[in-house]
Amino acid sequence: MKVFGYQLPNMSSLILWGLLWEIVGQIELPFCLPPLSAIFTTLLEIGGTPAFLKALRETAEAFAIGTTAAIVIGVPVGILMGKSRLIDELLLPWVNIFLSAPLTALVPVLMVLFGFGLTAIVITTALFAIWIIVLNSRAGVMHINRSLVEMAHSFGASPFDAFTKIYFWAALPEILGGVRIGFIRAVKGVIIGQLLISIVGFGSLFELYASNFLMKHFWAVLIVLFALSFVIAEFLAYLERRVEYYAARR
Amino acid sequence: MNAITTDNAVAVRNVYKNYGDVEALQDLSLDFPKGQLTSLLGPSGCGKTTLLKIIAGLIPANSGEVLVNNQPVSGPGPDRAFVFQDFALMPWASVLRNVAFGLELRGVAKSEREAIAEKYIGDVGLEGFENSYPHELSGGMRQRVGLARALSVDAQVLLMDEPFSAVDEQTRRKFQEDLLSLVHNENKTFLFVTHSIEEAVYVSDQIAILLPRPSRVSEIIRPQGFRNKDVDSIRRDPEYLDLVDRIWVSLRTYVE
Repeated sequence: MKVFGYQLPNMSSLILWGLLWEIVGQIELPFCLPPLSAIFTTLLEIGGTPAFLKALRETAEAFAIGTTAAIVIGVPVGILMGKSRLIDELLLPWVNIFLSAPLTALVPVLMVLFGFGLTAIVITTALFAIWIIVLNSRAGVMHINRSLVEMAHSFGASPFDAFTKIYFWAALPEILGGVRIGFIRAVKGVIIGQLLISIVGFGSLFELYASNFLMKHFWAVLIVLFALSFVIAEFLAYLERRVEYYAARR
Repeated sequence: MNAITTDNAVAVRNVYKNYGDVEALQDLSLDFPKGQLTSLLGPSGCGKTTLLKIIAGLIPANSGEVLVNNQPVSGPGPDRAFVFQDFALMPWASVLRNVAFGLELRGVAKSEREAIAEKYIGDVGLEGFENSYPHELSGGMRQRVGLARALSVDAQVLLMDEPFSAVDEQTRRKFQEDLLSLVHNENKTFLFVTHSIEEAVYVSDQIAILLPRPSRVSEIIRPQGFRNKDVDSIRRDPEYLDLVDRIWVSLRTYVE
């Protein structure tokens, strides 16, 4: 955006909102909103503590396993759905149901099935991420240029070759878009899992700080979480832009 | 060169093809002599691309058979290579990998297939563009990549589906001249789908005129006099001009 002929750097509006936050915090209108500067001070205090690092590690671990599972399962399933009418007819209703279902309500069921440990948290994370990855991979394959498929077929590609050398790459821009949205949803999933299933990781910090009205601490953890998901989303958006040049030319 | 006695690289025998209730091809039989270029020419909707794809093994015929070197075929095979109207290049792969892709699918080792690909990239005049990507090339250059890919698998039969229709007029003329020398120099059989009468007469040893609804071969024309003339004088040859005119007269009633 340009203001008075000056090119503003990206996300300059954050400065404006940060200032507003600081002012509202300083006049202590709502008690649950401490000034931004105080939150950052708290962040620096708790950032290096073993409890915080342990929570970060637990959350990162569950997030990494959950999203990896969502990609490893979701992308091939989506590609198969895009390729095969039969598989699509079988699975699409379920994908649509789970995409829009309130997954939080399912978490108790997962606790019954998988216990109170890491497994249930990982599955919750994967469940939040996987459906949009499936749908986007499917859409990517459905938009594939038919003559690319014919080309591979005419030069003798096996179904596996076609899958790995044509379908995956042709759908890659959409797949990356799905992965990006899936990751953002997985952040939600991992925190909900850690709040509801077993109080570990960032979930335990939120629980601890909120129940003791430690609002500065609460916001500090929330900001770390915002920052992490923002970095992940931006990195994936960067990857998307890298492959975008051919998305329009398939 | 006595073309009539040469044997056939491809023969189509009594092929029927329906799309639902629509009869696309009806009892179509046609011979494609070895080492020559045969054009399939006709108005749009006459099934010429359908016929080419049946020969390629990309779509099945309802009945009838396709013989390649006297062997019936039912699917794609290494004896045929396809050149696509829209080039069908992988946009994520370099020119080198695109050209070598047919060999890659056949399991040829990387160094070997890249050496072959480099040779054909040079042959089609794209030397220096090995590491470019398709979106960096013009339409004409992209089709040269498609052509190099088809040549590099060294198939006996080249199937070309309106290969020059998506390139501009001047590039197209150059392509046609290059195609003539390609037919002359490579000992391959070319099947060439086009809707341009001038193009068909200019490049073909044999022109099969297809008429629509349902498709059948209405006429086979073999230009005689100007085939061995140099590329510049063909377009002024009286036989060339007469043929173009004659084909137009027989096709004009089918053009809406």
